[in-house]
Amino acid sequence: MGEMDDVVKEFLVESYENLDRLDSELLELESHPQTREMLSSIFRTIHSIKGACGFLGFSRLESLTHAGENLLSLLRDGKLGVDGQITTALLELVDAVRQMLTTIETNGAEGDEEFEALKAQLKSLQGGASGAAGAKPAAPTAPTAPTANAPANASASETTSAQTSAAPAAAPSEPVPQAATPAAQPVAREATSASAAPSAAPSPERAKPAAAAAPGAGVAENSIRVDVGQLDKLMNLVGELVLARNQVLQLASHSSDNAFVATTQRLNLITTELQESVMKTRMQPIMTVWSKLPRVVRDVSTALGKRIRVEMQGEETELDKTILEAIKDPLTHIVRNSCDHGIETPGVRTERGKPAEGTLTLRAFHEGGQVILEIEDDGGGIDIERVKRKAVSNGLITQEHAARMSEREACGLIFAAGLSTAQQVTNISGRGVGMDVVKSNIEKIGGQIDIANRYLHGLTLRIKIPLTLAIIPALVVTAGGERFAIPQVSLLELVRLEGEARARAIDSIEGAPVYRLRGRLLPLVRLENELGLPTKSKDDDALNVVILQAEGRRFGLVVERICDTEEIVVKPLAKWLKSIPVFAGATIMGDGRVALILDVLGLAQRAHVLGDGPERHSDSGDGAGVRANSTSRRLLLFQVGEDLRMAAPLEDAARLEEFRLQDLEVSGDQRVVQYRDEILPLLPLARAFGRASSLDEPDRQSVQAVVARVGGRRYALVVERILDIVEQDLRLEGEPRQGLIQGTSVIQSKVTDLVNLAAVTCHLDPSAAREVLA
Amino acid sequence: MSATQATAAKVEQFCTFYLDKSLFGVEVGRVQEVIRSQEMTAVPLAPSVVRGLINLRGQIVTALDLRRRLGRPDATDGRAPMNVVVRCDEGAVSLLVDEIGDVLEVDAASLEAPPDTLVGRSRELIRGVVQREKGLLLVLDITKTLETTE
Repeated sequence: MGEMDDVVKEFLVESYENLDRLDSELLELESHPQTREMLSSIFRTIHSIKGACGFLGFSRLESLTHAGENLLSLLRDGKLGVDGQITTALLELVDAVRQMLTTIETNGAEGDEEFEALKAQLKSLQGGASGAAGAKPAAPTAPTAPTANAPANASASETTSAQTSAAPAAAPSEPVPQAATPAAQPVAREATSASAAPSAAPSPERAKPAAAAAPGAGVAENSIRVDVGQLDKLMNLVGELVLARNQVLQLASHSSDNAFVATTQRLNLITTELQESVMKTRMQPIMTVWSKLPRVVRDVSTALGKRIRVEMQGEETELDKTILEAIKDPLTHIVRNSCDHGIETPGVRTERGKPAEGTLTLRAFHEGGQVILEIEDDGGGIDIERVKRKAVSNGLITQEHAARMSEREACGLIFAAGLSTAQQVTNISGRGVGMDVVKSNIEKIGGQIDIANRYLHGLTLRIKIPLTLAIIPALVVTAGGERFAIPQVSLLELVRLEGEARARAIDSIEGAPVYRLRGRLLPLVRLENELGLPTKSKDDDALNVVILQAEGRRFGLVVERICDTEEIVVKPLAKWLKSIPVFAGATIMGDGRVALILDVLGLAQRAHVLGDGPERHSDSGDGAGVRANSTSRRLLLFQVGEDLRMAAPLEDAARLEEFRLQDLEVSGDQRVVQYRDEILPLLPLARAFGRASSLDEPDRQSVQAVVARVGGRRYALVVERILDIVEQDLRLEGEPRQGLIQGTSVIQSKVTDLVNLAAVTCHLDPSAAREVLA
Repeated sequence: MSATQATAAKVEQFCTFYLDKSLFGVEVGRVQEVIRSQEMTAVPLAPSVVRGLINLRGQIVTALDLRRRLGRPDATDGRAPMNVVVRCDEGAVSLLVDEIGDVLEVDAASLEAPPDTLVGRSRELIRGVVQREKGLLLVLDITKTLETTE
């Protein structure tokens, strides 16, 4: 077919949107059958589709929607009560309409399908109306009726019922009240989430029912529909601009023309702001994906005779559209899995002393520049022993290996291909898309997935995903004279090994080099070797190691030089290069040259460092495990003086550095070092706690320091030794001392003081305090 | 093209270039631009025909070594190759050639099948030849040329 009529196209787009909303509204209606307001809205949607059909000449679709409309009008007028059967029929209606719309979209005409059975069903449900209406007052499956919202609804329905008589008449010529486009979707689900988390924000729809019901009020005039392709293009252009900006900045750094430098700064600011704004236009609330899930849960639970309530928290959390698209299927799969394998049947649940109705909680929130999604159920969790047995019998692991496995490793087995933990294969799970696909799809967009298992009590899947894919922070390194960018998501830390330290830290196991990092052995991979590039460094040079993480496993990547971090714009590689697994794309650097972006997972696979055995040494304080408690924080552990073990929130530390004493200079009474075009004062942290500083040790070559930004300046806080980075819940004990120590906690089974880096800096350097006050 | 339409002198324009002393041509419509040798970033592990990536006004363009693609020996004179940037479905691709020639107008009717003496990979990628006073013009089948080999 040729060009589709614009009118039809518009009709399709609007109808699809309305249908998506209908799905959630119908489910809402089932739990809260009294909400007449909802019924009116559903009625209006079906009515306007019907109206448009008549106008566009889709007679079959018109007749189908007509059947639905008749039933809905009885419901709306209160002549019939909503029950499970009616909801099912209405959901089927939605599916049938959607199917017809798809046919229209592909063929330009409605298909031959008449949906006679469905029409008859809708009709017979109406027939039961007059007699059965009183007999079926409320839906049997309806959970607790809304409490907080009820009074508001009562008054709301008064208002709306007065309007509904007018609204449908206006509807055909103006099919969709714009107020009900996706932007308003989160509102529609408010009741569900409100019963879960006492959300403080009052729902605008409930607060102003009249405004919401009036078609085209406010929102319509303030928003326009934009083609996603247009936004993609805009984003690409901004990407170009960011690159051009980087180049100009580089030029300006060599320029002595003040006007030029000032203009460049302004360009810099504007570009950053523009980049953020454009990125915002591509952001959509996670609700756009979540809104489909209650329907999935309902279908699955009805089919399996289970009762499952869906709770949502943080549905307004926004993500880039591309990412939303990418997580849609994995999320659906996980939710389906939880309903099928996780949550037990009401009988089993009662036996286990849990409420008969299971709860599936979806949570979304921001953390450290990433978005965390959690899918939690209060079902049976994973039976580790059964998973192990299954994995052994499927030949995934050996018996001996299974015995040595930690619980976390065993949980990870569910992501292995060819392992289904369902005791019985149902038509809901085990349909070919396994958890292995879920995992790889999430990793494809730079995300990570983790499991927290509470056997017999539930399961939490935690997905960490980046906010956007187009522009990412990356570390630039060189190998064989070429530059490569490493996405910062995979980056754990940077290590520089010189002379003695190098010899001590590097070992070899069966010929393969390993690096001993705080008691843990990490395989070492030399980037030049993996890429077949010439090695320029000599054996006795300092070794630059980038510690990376892929699939929960760490390894050290030896590079020639570590340059800097930079915001890069990811560009895909042409088809000739797609088959090289070690590259994720390419980017243009500040000097205008192209650099390749490393695919850390691909690189690890190529170098065979992921292996299939467990990591040689996994410590308990490791940050990779999932903690249900979101108060867990990432802490930097370090030693001060001979005996003090201290920690600081990792976000307070800008960088970790090692300075050679010979590079230090003196300014006033301070030792300083030239560092990235600024003069960085070195403050001996030990002195604040009455200990001798490593700065004063006579035969020392270098010192380790935490670089922190206080006020507008950076300071290097010299410590004896950087120990580790851990993620853990903070339970502080003890009194704060002099404001320098915020408290004391036990970390990695040792007593550790939590240091306030800013306070210590001000204590050691009074000028810092002045900066802060200024 | 149906033969009847070609009765009037239907003229095709070719952007020409030299490669290993042979004259090649690509339809003008497929050529986006011709640029001087660019700074190039090599791609480790890439097939040998990919010489690297260049930055063409913010667009990353893959540069293909046309000598290697056609199975000709690498150039030995050390001269920097020229870029013939052609459009393809996934953006632009640069073909590295020895030297740029003129744009030639050729009567479509004079396009002949490649001679039997042309063997190997060249033959697959040559759409036809045009006899000229100064020798042959080999017309590249650009779509086939841009297909991935490995």
